[in-house]
Amino acid sequence: MNLLKRMWVIVLLTGLVQGASAQDDLMNMLGDNKPATEYAYATFKTTRVVLNHSIQSPAKGDLLFIISHHFGRLNQGAYDLFGLDQATIRFGFEYGISDRLAIGVGRSTYKKMFDGFVKYKLLQQSRGEKNMPVSVSYFGSMGINSLKWENTDRVNYFSSRLSFVHQLLIARKFSSSFSLQLTPTVVHRNFVPLKEDQNTVFAMGAGGRLKLTQRMSVNAEYFYLLPGKTADAYDNSLSIGFDIETGGHVFQLFFTNSVPINENAFITETQGDWLKGDIYFGFNITRTFTLGRK
Amino acid sequence: MKIRIIALIVMSMAIQSLMAQKYVTKTGRIRFYSDTPMEKIEGVNQQVNSAFDLATGQMVFKVLMKSFGFEKALMQEHFNENYAESDKFPNAIFKGTVAGLQSIDFLKDGKHNVEVGGDLTIHGVTQKVKTTATLESRGGKIIGHAVFNVNPKDYGINIPTAVVKQIAETIEVTVDATYDKMN
Repeated sequence: MNLLKRMWVIVLLTGLVQGASAQDDLMNMLGDNKPATEYAYATFKTTRVVLNHSIQSPAKGDLLFIISHHFGRLNQGAYDLFGLDQATIRFGFEYGISDRLAIGVGRSTYKKMFDGFVKYKLLQQSRGEKNMPVSVSYFGSMGINSLKWENTDRVNYFSSRLSFVHQLLIARKFSSSFSLQLTPTVVHRNFVPLKEDQNTVFAMGAGGRLKLTQRMSVNAEYFYLLPGKTADAYDNSLSIGFDIETGGHVFQLFFTNSVPINENAFITETQGDWLKGDIYFGFNITRTFTLGRK
Repeated sequence: MKIRIIALIVMSMAIQSLMAQKYVTKTGRIRFYSDTPMEKIEGVNQQVNSAFDLATGQMVFKVLMKSFGFEKALMQEHFNENYAESDKFPNAIFKGTVAGLQSIDFLKDGKHNVEVGGDLTIHGVTQKVKTTATLESRGGKIIGHAVFNVNPKDYGINIPTAVVKQIAETIEVTVDATYDKMN
């Protein structure tokens, strides 16, 4: 009798235990459905860290319109409204031919320069089955200085107007809020004013972003010129600013010591000392138009 | 005596697992739709995991947020980065029960109206939800369908004023799942 009772208790208990865990059992039956490899996305908000290109490219079929503006020097004082009376501007278009390949064109008031670039994703940061610690893109651009010739007494060649930039954009999204990018750079100018000027300049760029909120981040970027004549005569470019994203637009507001906007010029032709107040306020506005459907 | 006790335990478990008629799917489809005059946003996930126990009426869903696809790449980026925060909260989860199953004979083909209710967790916030749904048994499979509304605000998802006209306050969610019987 006693035994029979005990048996019933056991039966009930097993039943109870099973009932309590039924929902979790069901939950455990579900797989994770996680893709085998997860790729990092949105390492930066837009295609610029501040002045220089970021690892971000327009998605396939996306057209980006970007307007950049660098005002005059802050230390010019109230007469020039702290530099706001002057401006260097560039506007450009960028287009994603595929999710890896992007092209772009632009025109800047600095040296009346036309520029064109290609950007190609070589590696994409991922984890899972395929583990890749960094994203790497190649960036190459050509600039055409379209100012009237300074010296018309000599024979001037069109090729003298050209300058080239090659960069590797090496970026890692460390967390959803923190990303870093290293940018080894070669700038080649076909024509430089002085005999001792360097035609080919090497530089190392470093930039990063830290998200303050979902839609706002603080960004900084520095380009170190490797020792040489150019490094002696010019300053390293340093820019600090904010990214603010509002749906289809990204606003980048920043302070920089560089007047030029293109990478063909700002890396090698920056003349401004932060400590002396040679600081320029500037902004980029990027608007995305989706032309192709996914 | 011990043997008899063990036999009883095994039997009671066996009976329960016989009663448990579990159905699963890995290819459930969840679509959400935000409709405003400014913009229509549609996200579709075709890899939804769900399981359903006919005996107990218990039903669970696990939805990987990053598997939602959108018409525009930028929408997907903003969905994951700004709203769902998919790195922090990778899955949406539903744990609930289906009421009114006892009166249904799933061995016969047919469509039935049921009530589904339970806990829905999105963006790390859990809310009670309740909706009517249909369950259709057809050729040994069970096809579930439900439409209900969620309010992003209830799940701690803030829509900034700059885009308040582009994103609807109430978002329509459509669930379609074809369950196969587990052996």
